[in-house]
Amino acid sequence: MRNTFMSRISPTSMRILALLFVLILTILFFSTQIENYLNARLFNRISTSVAIILLIAVGQSVVVLTRNIDLSVGSVVGFVAYFVGGVVGAFPEIPAILVPVLAIALGACFGAFNGFLVSRFNLPSIIVTLATLAIFRSILVEFTDGSSITTASLPDWLTEFARLNAFVVGNFRVRWMVVISIVVALVVHVFLTRFRAGRQFYAVGSNPEAARVAGINVGRTVMQAFVISGALAGLAGFMFLARFGNITIVAGLGLELKSVGAVVVGGVNIFGGSGSVIGVLIGASLIDLLETSLVRWALVSEFWRDAVLGMLILLAVVTDTFMSRRLLARPTAKAAAAKTAADNTAAPIAAPGARQAEGS
Amino acid sequence: MKGSTFIDRLATWEGFLFLVLVLLILLNALSTPFFLTVSNQINLFQLSIEKVIVALIMTLVIINGEIDLSVASIMGLAATTFGWVFQAGISAEWAIVIALTIGIICGAFNAFWIAWAGIPSLVVTLAMLIAYRGFARVLVEDRGITDFPEWFDSLGQAPILGPFPLSMLIFFTLLVVLFVVLQRSAFGRKLYFIGSNRDVAEYSGVNVRRIKATIFIASGLISALAGILFAARVGSVRGDIGVGFELDIITIVLLGGVSIFGGTGTITGTVLAILIVLNLRNGMALANITGHLQTGALGILLILSVMVPTIRDAGQRLWRTVRGETG
Repeated sequence: MRNTFMSRISPTSMRILALLFVLILTILFFSTQIENYLNARLFNRISTSVAIILLIAVGQSVVVLTRNIDLSVGSVVGFVAYFVGGVVGAFPEIPAILVPVLAIALGACFGAFNGFLVSRFNLPSIIVTLATLAIFRSILVEFTDGSSITTASLPDWLTEFARLNAFVVGNFRVRWMVVISIVVALVVHVFLTRFRAGRQFYAVGSNPEAARVAGINVGRTVMQAFVISGALAGLAGFMFLARFGNITIVAGLGLELKSVGAVVVGGVNIFGGSGSVIGVLIGASLIDLLETSLVRWALVSEFWRDAVLGMLILLAVVTDTFMSRRLLARPTAKAAAAKTAADNTAAPIAAPGARQAEGS
Repeated sequence: MKGSTFIDRLATWEGFLFLVLVLLILLNALSTPFFLTVSNQINLFQLSIEKVIVALIMTLVIINGEIDLSVASIMGLAATTFGWVFQAGISAEWAIVIALTIGIICGAFNAFWIAWAGIPSLVVTLAMLIAYRGFARVLVEDRGITDFPEWFDSLGQAPILGPFPLSMLIFFTLLVVLFVVLQRSAFGRKLYFIGSNRDVAEYSGVNVRRIKATIFIASGLISALAGILFAARVGSVRGDIGVGFELDIITIVLLGGVSIFGGTGTITGTVLAILIVLNLRNGMALANITGHLQTGALGILLILSVMVPTIRDAGQRLWRTVRGETG
């Protein structure tokens, strides 16, 4: 019975269940450590900050699925937040709907630049995006002369948007930002799992050669992944602007590492080809929960944040590697078991019978 | 054929770098008479000496087909360890020893996952880039640690042999040692062998794990050394020492013609790239280009340098056609 249950669950779902378990354990652990921990305020705070990182992490996971990585997202978020903030400040009468569209379009352009370099010249994405991380940021610094965007210069609707509730259950406020972000994640999830164009990302990541032979345009798929990542980072930049209002030239610094963390902890294989957006949602929540909780935990200083994050990423990768190795080893183990079973039953019988048993 | 060896040599990547370097030096020298003075050249080196030292060992790491993104964080962790231990009342000499040991431990930790568990170095060192930096922050939090003994502060600046300060002597020693190891020893040959085809190396009886582990431990140790030199040069220790240096270091190595996929490249190329980057920064500073734009320019340089194999192949093809047509 147990065996059939275990074998019916795919490794990905197993991973998600394990993550949920860890998430609940973390919440339980901190609720014993911090007074007044489990309340609606925790939910409100974490859900709002997850909304931003989730968008970036979803884009990142699409890129990672294709065996690439996008380290430039932090700079894209910062650039878009600053640029869009500047535009809105200069033209306050601009239609509200155009603002996020502008943010997404700008982000997509950055993504297309990365994607072009990676897919056209076959350059390693880690190097390209490490470089564009620096390039995008330095354009921002040059373009702004180091000045900042302030809340006062923004129209009211923008700053109010960040506090707008979609619905309220008791003390739990679910903001529009959170709803949008989760809807985007679900749409990407359905796209990746149910549509041919989405499955191509998995195909390219798990075996680029086979994907090419199967008629998939690998370069175009990689390009699409980077554009999606850039566009979502752009949307995140818009939300970043709405939430914080004050944007300096270092806005979004370090988000790339956090998003890679969420993706890897969420069970997306860093070498491409497997993982799910639902896992990334839990991974992002877990990382944010840990960050928020560590700050409030009296026993250790908040400076443990990065150390814990780094070790968590390593742990996730190590678990993944060993799990996928065991999965690879499984068919052979099964075959060996079948063979011994066949040998046992077929030992006294003549050779053809044994062959038959092996075949079944 | 005859008489063309010099031109043939120039047609290699190193030759091209050499030409670029000569051009840069000429441009710089023409724009200011102070450029070619010994003190300016030493000053130039000193401003980036830590990156330059780590770039040497990074050359070996990348030739071996791996990458170490955690070097800058190890620098930070070693420097903060030094400051923290010193503040706890231990003498600076022992603090240096402890900080170097931390570097070895960090390198060995990386090496364990990469060489023993077989997890790609890209991922391991990306995680440890965050984690080691995190530990550095835990040690000193938001504080800065200063008031080191005078001899320690002078390590970074004071000339001890002719006009050269200690850090430059370390650089030259390391350069010679790594050149011999890479270009003249069995270990070096194995390094290239593993980098160009790991599986074949393994089946030929090369102990791949041990060589990879050695390289990563060496990388940790040298990064820690660079971190201490940094602390000595600026005379204080903070949690964010060396943040983002990995970008510059990897840029230098790739610009020097080392392939990101391993197996090719030379220390000579790295040294030429070091000189180019230093002169470029100097030139940009002279032209009033600020720090952030310099970083952006380095980013562009990094992209160009991963395209080196593409450019080089195209160049050689062109060169061959030109020669085929003329003679």
